[in-house]
Amino acid sequence: MTKNSVEIRNLDLSFGAVKVLQNLDLDIHDGEFLVLLGSSGCGKSTLLNCIAGLLEVTGGQIFIKGHNVTWKEPNERGIGMVFQSYALYPQMTVRGNLSFGLKNARMPKPEIEERVKRASEILQIEPLLDRKPGALSGGQRQRVAIGRALVRDVDVFLFDEPLSNLDAKLRADLRVELKRLHEQLDNTMIYVTHDQVEAMTLADRIAIMKDGKIMQLDSPAEIYNRPRNLYVAGFIGSPAMNFIEGNIAGNTFTSGDLSVPVGDYDYMSGGAHDGAAILGVRPEHVLTDDMLPSADMTAKVKADLVEPMGADTLVWTTLEGHPFRFRMDGQAHVKSGDEITIGFNLARISLFDPKTEDRL
Amino acid sequence: MTDTATLTGPTGPRPKKALSPRNIMLYGTLIVVSLYYLLPLYVMIVTSLKGMPEIRLGNIFSPPVEVTFQPWVKAWAEACTGINCDGLSRGFWNSVRILIPSVLVSVSIASITGYVLSMWRFKGSEIFFAILLLGAFIPYQVLLYPVVIVLRELGLYGSLTGLVVVHTIFGMPINVLLFRNYFVTLPEELFKAARVDGAGFWRIFVFIILPMSLPIFVVSMIIQVTGIWNDFLFGVVYTRPENYPMTVQLNNIVNSVQGVQEYNVNMAATLLTGLVPLTVYFFSGKLFVRGIAAGAVKG
Repeated sequence: MTKNSVEIRNLDLSFGAVKVLQNLDLDIHDGEFLVLLGSSGCGKSTLLNCIAGLLEVTGGQIFIKGHNVTWKEPNERGIGMVFQSYALYPQMTVRGNLSFGLKNARMPKPEIEERVKRASEILQIEPLLDRKPGALSGGQRQRVAIGRALVRDVDVFLFDEPLSNLDAKLRADLRVELKRLHEQLDNTMIYVTHDQVEAMTLADRIAIMKDGKIMQLDSPAEIYNRPRNLYVAGFIGSPAMNFIEGNIAGNTFTSGDLSVPVGDYDYMSGGAHDGAAILGVRPEHVLTDDMLPSADMTAKVKADLVEPMGADTLVWTTLEGHPFRFRMDGQAHVKSGDEITIGFNLARISLFDPKTEDRL
Repeated sequence: MTDTATLTGPTGPRPKKALSPRNIMLYGTLIVVSLYYLLPLYVMIVTSLKGMPEIRLGNIFSPPVEVTFQPWVKAWAEACTGINCDGLSRGFWNSVRILIPSVLVSVSIASITGYVLSMWRFKGSEIFFAILLLGAFIPYQVLLYPVVIVLRELGLYGSLTGLVVVHTIFGMPINVLLFRNYFVTLPEELFKAARVDGAGFWRIFVFIILPMSLPIFVVSMIIQVTGIWNDFLFGVVYTRPENYPMTVQLNNIVNSVQGVQEYNVNMAATLLTGLVPLTVYFFSGKLFVRGIAAGAVKG
């Protein structure tokens, strides 16, 4: 009926007087991998629980596959959910865990076996079927948890920080597996995380949330390159974007001795801007050494602190009184106190209105 | 040089002295305390195995010269209370008939109530819980007469059913608290996962919660078994003489003013009455501690 798999209309949710979600609208396309990203307490998990039907909404509607499921029980919504703590039933075997939902739905035995077999093949957990969750490693448990969603043959998968309890290496492995799984299954997946690497690598689109509102909903590249506001700009990227407060007058951004020609800047709202502004540039977009000729402007800074990290070197400095970090090649020979010439490209900077905090 | 130094210097675990001041204090205190508690038990057992002439000699600590089980037999099958002279056995079976339904009913209701209060919260469930807890602080004596009236109106006064109802109700506050606090510690995501899997109220309780809650069920059972078995007040107030539980009958035997005080029979009767809770503690002590610890951490 519609091309959207999940639609959320005017969703409100409050716990007593605390409004967690307010008037939230969100369309998630069929087969899309959408990541809800935000710091803790931003309402991303709450939103996921609302979609799952585990929390009763205070207002608004939720549609899944064109059906209004606002009043439906979790199991009637065509969703499967994977939790951070795996939430495997400890006293059941892996097989029991996988088939519990199907038994509840009174599915005939042969079909249950068929589905469990298929899911365990996809996730490569066949040898574990007769073990209890206590005898599994973290990665295996999470795979079983995914399997539990898989056997139910649902339209929408919900992930609530599924990789947060795993160690770094396993997390990277399972991340790749999840991506592969999504390409294989082509289901809609909604994934909550606070890890921006997970968000950037997995998502078709990312919704960045703050205080129960979606700050920006875009492709990872768009969010990275053209953050819609100061919060998104500061949240995505590590180390965070540098911000320099200044003024734009006659197509030139000035801050102290620094002046940047912004005549060719690609403004969001078309027209040029005059007045106070914040210039943002990512540490990895600062040009040094032999890249300098291609820069649109240059400045000289003194390195305060140098952090060599192997692949690259992070230099801490100040630019016109603002703390400023930038990345250099890992082989660059710099030490604290060195004077370095830096430059940046207009195409790679962002300008924000200090009052509204929106992108100019 | 360094080799010999490492060899002669301290190596491995430090040797422990068996008779350190710490150990003497620790085990000394434990032994004294155990004696303090075990001595009366010893006197009871010894006395119950003596004949009356031997008791009259007054050496309460000396072991029986002539061991006789006659007092035990008499206490169980022949001692008289009122017009009945069939011993404690009548009270024992009455107590069993009170105990089994009371424990089953009260533990079932308390566990389900605790399950609702922890996982299926409803509007006002916190207030409901607070009121229930308040019940734990009301002295039973205050409620004795009102309960008599309620039972009379229900037509249950004097019957075993009435007593079962009373035990179930009065066991609620502490047991609901116990179950609720235990269930609160179970991961909430498990409950959510079960709901996504389409399990309803009862299926979640039976297939997810129950198998994870054995320790707390054991604790609740022990509390109920000992509490109900040892109950005297409700037994004496809410039943007729033919339904008197063992404790009431024990009292009637021991406190009878007619005839000679048969200390050996009294001791045997008391030991017989205490046997049930004692056995329960004996066989489930470990589970009991585990359950108490698990339920007490989070509130």
